[in-house]
Amino acid sequence: MTNNPWLSQVATVESVTQEIDSVATYQLRLDDPRAAQRYRFQPGQFNMLYLPSCGEAAISHSGPPSHDGNRFLHTIRFVGRVTDSIAKLQAGDQIGVRGPFGSAWPMRQCVGQDVVIVTGGLGLAPLRPAIYHLLQGRVDYRRVILLYGARSPGLLLYRREMESWQQSGLEVHLTVDRADIDWDGAVGIVPLLLDRLEGLRPDQTQVLTCGPEVMMHYAALAAVRLGVPKSAIWLSVERNMQCAFGMCGHCQLGPVFVCRDGPVFRYDQVHQLLKVRDL
Amino acid sequence: MPAKDPTRCHVNATELPVIDHSPTPAQWFLPRQSLQTLLDQLQRLGYEVVGPRIDQAAIVYDQIESVDELPAGWTDLQSPGQYRLQPRADDALFGYVVGPHSWKKYLFPPLVNLMRSTKTTDGWQMQDEPQEPRRYALLGVRACELAAIAIQDRVFLSERYTDPLYQQRRHALLIIAVNCTQAASTCFCTSMQSGPRCTSGFDLALTELPTGFVVEIGSPGGQAVADDLPLRPATEQERESSSLARKTAFDQITRQLDTTNIRDKLMTRLEHPRWADVASRCLSCANCTLVCPTCFCHSVDDVTDLTSDEVIRQRHWDSCFNMDFSYANGGAVRDNVRSRYRQWLTHKLASWIDQFGSSGCVGCGRCITWCPVGIDLTEEVAAICSEPST
Ligand SMILES: Cc1cc2nc3c(=O)[nH]c(=O)nc-3n(C[C@H](O)[C@H](O)[C@H](O)COP(=O)(O)OP(=O)(O)OC[C@H]3O[C@@H](n4cnc5c(N)ncnc54)[C@H](O)[C@@H]3O)c2cc1C
Ligand code: SF4
Ligand code: SF4
Repeated sequence: MTNNPWLSQVATVESVTQEIDSVATYQLRLDDPRAAQRYRFQPGQFNMLYLPSCGEAAISHSGPPSHDGNRFLHTIRFVGRVTDSIAKLQAGDQIGVRGPFGSAWPMRQCVGQDVVIVTGGLGLAPLRPAIYHLLQGRVDYRRVILLYGARSPGLLLYRREMESWQQSGLEVHLTVDRADIDWDGAVGIVPLLLDRLEGLRPDQTQVLTCGPEVMMHYAALAAVRLGVPKSAIWLSVERNMQCAFGMCGHCQLGPVFVCRDGPVFRYDQVHQLLKVRDL
Repeated sequence: MPAKDPTRCHVNATELPVIDHSPTPAQWFLPRQSLQTLLDQLQRLGYEVVGPRIDQAAIVYDQIESVDELPAGWTDLQSPGQYRLQPRADDALFGYVVGPHSWKKYLFPPLVNLMRSTKTTDGWQMQDEPQEPRRYALLGVRACELAAIAIQDRVFLSERYTDPLYQQRRHALLIIAVNCTQAASTCFCTSMQSGPRCTSGFDLALTELPTGFVVEIGSPGGQAVADDLPLRPATEQERESSSLARKTAFDQITRQLDTTNIRDKLMTRLEHPRWADVASRCLSCANCTLVCPTCFCHSVDDVTDLTSDEVIRQRHWDSCFNMDFSYANGGAVRDNVRSRYRQWLTHKLASWIDQFGSSGCVGCGRCITWCPVGIDLTEEVAAICSEPST
């Protein structure tokens, strides 16, 4: 055993599922069976994925939190050096994994409450473990609502799962910026869906949001307008991170280290900071 | 004679020396010609001794084997953007303050291998990069530098994550501090409560006198070293002279930084016009972060052999002044100098307090001296905090 927090563990790609254009989900397994057995994560946490001679990327868990290190999922968009190389991986290939790191979605605070998940684009991936968790223990929560938007219908993630989620008690509302001929859902930005939500009990609601920072900003404003307290709104922040444990300095947002104190924050704890340009 | 009541003061207050209010610890005297004995003994104990020496017209920290390598008879003149060595009238060995180097390069080296991936027929093996254990004895650590080491301890040895290399080197470390007997115009340790007197965090502390050193012992490790030195109790006169010498440094400090409520003052002035003003002068060269004894930001890169079958992950010093430092989602979060200078200053003096329970600045003045355009953080803070919050 080593106490070197920089050391990656070798994992093997078990399968690759193409999701939408330039996005795929990787099922991974830690090669060391003992480490795999021990491995646990909470919804909202992330791993540092590593390809030798390429580098590391912070990637959230996107699979059920009941999984251990023998089977866990990451949904990845290919946007640059590291992720484009991950795109070339196939079943049987290896990848380095460090983690899990960071804070989690507030699953305990959701018990007995209405839960509204507001997300756009790839922001659904870090929230999917929370959805699995909520649907698994569905009786513990009141309404569970997903408000999800993407630029166009073809960019909506996990559509094949939506039906089964609905059957398990998830209210799903989708929206797109640009509709195509087959689209019969809403058109417009996600926070608008929040404005239109009816019958919410704002004082007994938890809002979980993840997506581009502007989207989260407007989602939080909409939630506050509905009467949801700032302390019941949660969001996941992205910053450059090299170490993922509060040492390299890159992910600072004022006093917080996003990697260690986040990525999931309570809105009242960071909304002043997020308002400052270029902080 | 009746036994003295230890809880009562038996000295007439007017007789007390004016400077040292801490209870006087046991003080010893090491003759100047015996300093080499100390170096020899440290080497015998297996320490690599590092200390001040002159290199390229500056006093830097480097391997030291002999007392002859110390900058005897030299001093430094410092002011914003300026550093110059100059001969002294005497041949003092420690008659200067701090230079461009800090001890962080030994505990948090500029370049370190973190792990190694090797491609085998069974696939990648990822392994710890074995670190050769190092036993350093630091000679000539000033009070502000002791404070800086304590600050980096809180960064690299936190409860949840420790940096293994820092931990090994820190635990094996022996610190021989030197009390400043003069100050530079850039020093403001008194404002940061970090000096000029070495009060804790050392194994041995020396105060230089023309004939030798008044020695204080700060730890069992220091005691063990002292046991084999030709020490004798310091005379009343030697103690008084050393006290006076230390007072000289104290009296020479003129620069000030008002730390009252500084965290809130800075964090409520993030849109102050002065940030744009300092940004128009700042070159974003990162000098200030490199010379700062507490700055810890770093990045990690891969280095590969020609076949890509052997890949080492390397950590190197980085700086919040570099544009790429905050790169994410196709662009830098802090893509202008204003936001980068603001990040540096507010981190040092404000958010560091939230993160690690103390200021990130010890008032050593390095960032003032080594800023090519002479930007002085104490002046910037004064300008930003003098006006009501925006
Ligand atoms: C907590 C967290 C969770 C994330 N979860 C996911 C996820 O589930 N799926 C997913 O596809 N992406 C996720 N990201 C974003 C992902 O980390 C970046 O897309 C990725 O680092 C880009 O690396 P690159 O080398 O391919 O791109 P390049 O543009 O070449 O980036 C170069 C370097 O910049 C840094 N960087 C660039 N973009 C980001 C970013 N958005 N966040 C942090 N560092 C960045 C990285 O150090 C990267 O190696 C997450 C980011 C964070 C901070
Ligand atoms: S910020 Fe400047 S004065 Fe303060 S410790 Fe760093 S280099 Fe020294
Ligand atoms: S403050 Fe001075 S030393 Fe620091 S980055 Fe700006 S110009 Fe360089």
